[in-house]
Amino acid sequence: MAQRPTGGKKSDQSARAIRFRQKHLLAIADLDRFEAENLLDRAEKFAPMLDEKIKKLDTLRGRTLINLFFENSTRTQSSFELAGKRMGADVVNMSVKSSSVAKGETLIDTAATLNAMRPDLLVVRHGSSGAAELLSRKVDCAVINAGDGKHEHPTQALLDAFTIRSRLGDIEGLTVAICGDVLHSRVARSNVALLTLLGAQVRLIGPPTLMPAGAEKWGAKVFHDMRAGLKDADVVMMLRLQRERMDGGFFPSAREYFWFYGLDEDKLRIAKPGALVMHPGPMNRGVEIDSSVADNPNVSLIETQVRMGVAVRMAVLEALAESGANQEPA
Amino acid sequence: MTKPTLIRNAKLIDPAKNKVEDGAILFAETILDVGNVSGAPEGAEIIDADGAHVAPGLIDMRVVIGEPGAEHKETFKSAGRAAAAGGVTTLVMMPNTTPVLDDQSLIDFVLRRGIDRSGGVRILPAAALTQHLDGELMTEIGLMAEAGAVLFTNGDKPIHSSRTLRRALSYATIFDALIAHRPEDPYLAEGGVMHEGELAARLGLPGIPAAAEVIMAERDLTLAELTNGKLLLDMLSSAQTLPTLKRAKARGVKAFASVNVHHLVLNENDVDGYRTFAKLSPPLRSEDDRVALVQAVSDGLIDVIVSGHDPRPAEDKRLPYEEAAFGAVGLETLLPGALTLHHKGDVQLNTLFRAMTSRPAELLKLPQGRLAKDAPADIILIDLGAPFRLDSDKLRSKSNNSPFDEKLLQGAVKRTFIAGKTVFNG
Repeated sequence: MAQRPTGGKKSDQSARAIRFRQKHLLAIADLDRFEAENLLDRAEKFAPMLDEKIKKLDTLRGRTLINLFFENSTRTQSSFELAGKRMGADVVNMSVKSSSVAKGETLIDTAATLNAMRPDLLVVRHGSSGAAELLSRKVDCAVINAGDGKHEHPTQALLDAFTIRSRLGDIEGLTVAICGDVLHSRVARSNVALLTLLGAQVRLIGPPTLMPAGAEKWGAKVFHDMRAGLKDADVVMMLRLQRERMDGGFFPSAREYFWFYGLDEDKLRIAKPGALVMHPGPMNRGVEIDSSVADNPNVSLIETQVRMGVAVRMAVLEALAESGANQEPA
Repeated sequence: MTKPTLIRNAKLIDPAKNKVEDGAILFAETILDVGNVSGAPEGAEIIDADGAHVAPGLIDMRVVIGEPGAEHKETFKSAGRAAAAGGVTTLVMMPNTTPVLDDQSLIDFVLRRGIDRSGGVRILPAAALTQHLDGELMTEIGLMAEAGAVLFTNGDKPIHSSRTLRRALSYATIFDALIAHRPEDPYLAEGGVMHEGELAARLGLPGIPAAAEVIMAERDLTLAELTNGKLLLDMLSSAQTLPTLKRAKARGVKAFASVNVHHLVLNENDVDGYRTFAKLSPPLRSEDDRVALVQAVSDGLIDVIVSGHDPRPAEDKRLPYEEAAFGAVGLETLLPGALTLHHKGDVQLNTLFRAMTSRPAELLKLPQGRLAKDAPADIILIDLGAPFRLDSDKLRSKSNNSPFDEKLLQGAVKRTFIAGKTVFNG
């Protein structure tokens, strides 16, 4: 690890020059610390570009990126689309309505069809855990997981880490509290993996009914009392209550949930003074987060997260395109 | 200020101890001194107990009251009257009212209105565990616990869905809330009206097998272990369930159990003659079951004795046995019923009182149930041996469906104090 770039804000040409060694980006769990920081360092140089008048590069000119979304998405899909376009790639959006019949078979059939079109990058979101990995075994191009079921959402974790880093410097040693519906959250799984990899102390807060069995073995500390879990946190990351993924009652009501697990100014005061608030969106206001917190520009990083998302995805596209270019043709 | 009272020349039943001791007790709102009391302050009422017994007021963890919604069965007022006369100073009220106690505002209603109408008897609400008691979705356990609900239960309706009970048990751990659940497999019990056995066969009545209880208790205890939840098996009736409970407790499962006093005294034979007053849920079972339950109380395996007070007006009981309602009143017979076990020499007196005072207090996290300095002065003065024949028409409850009717019992409450004030003087 001697050669790893020391974290913090810096646009490190030497880091960028080091080739990203993964063919796909399927899960944070597949990355080591060096690879994760490689991606974050790459994003450093794209972030300032977002505020420039002409926002286009030709790094990916002639390459094709396909956005394959089996689940509806606004921000992730448009973020990847913008990232691809700014890198000069040709972007095709395919919105595939999830059909109720034989999803596994449909997915593989779709993969074969797409593969025949010879894309270079395939961004996929699917409601089933493991779908991105299955696809990656059936196509020749690089696959980026844009969210698979309740498994992982690696670019969200990367943009979250990048947002924290850009605001607080080094992630090492920070205390990050991830609160809410951990059970149904791929964002939580990716973030626990990435933030612990980068040396943060991660806490998971939520009712036991929304905490997966064995979560205490992820390297994070589990709290059911939100106030205890928020104490001295540097960053509070709220999760979206995934009501669309719930079958039956995991908690009694929205009002009770908000009372015990909703982030309002009162609870935020327990965290470290100046603690920052994040949310992957879309928010359930008045359920997991109070508007007075979400809309407070002094504490809320929620808009910054969206902005940084494009830079991070540009970095991921660049890294995978380089990696793919240097690999043996399939 | 409550006027201080000194009861001297008494036999003190302290549930924290293992034997009855002679002594005195001085109290106002709280207990000021107990044991060798040096003297009484000026103006204190001094009662010479003349060798009668003093114990903490009873805490009855399972009482059905008809208010709100069925005031013809029982009201806060009539329940309070019956409780005070029976030596019950705190009672836990079941949530099967109309509307069902499944909302924090109703918990608040019971806490305010109850003690206001009950003549001082402390009425604590048990909240519904599932919305409308329909067994589907859990209630606002956290908000109701904050409002003052002391436990959560689905009453007489067991929860069919293991998933629902799992989630409720798991969710309740956030608040360290106690869940009471009736272990009875609804499919095996469906249509049954008494203990399944030879007598039921002879009477031509559909039976409820003991297996209905064992199966559900096994499931409930397994879920308690999975979730680390606090579970009270509500009103055990069968000997077969006891080894299951014992094993779970030995494994460290947070499991507790209660028994209805009627099941410690009566058995299925009391149903003979189609006596609808002895139609209880769970049903009175065999003599072997009764003996095993008594032994479990004596061992402490069963934590709590409850009255299972369930007032039923005459029109619900004066029916052919199969059509009659389940349930018996018990607030006034909890003490003499339980004392039967003492008089027969089956259960040691302090153990018996522990199951009706300090153990419920621990489970409900109440300061009552102890004869200790600074504890609330909820105290009863009892003539343990006083014999009487129960005349159910003279019960203070609005309903008089007692299977002890016309039975010879022993033990009468002479005086009941709550927070140092006399609420019954017999």
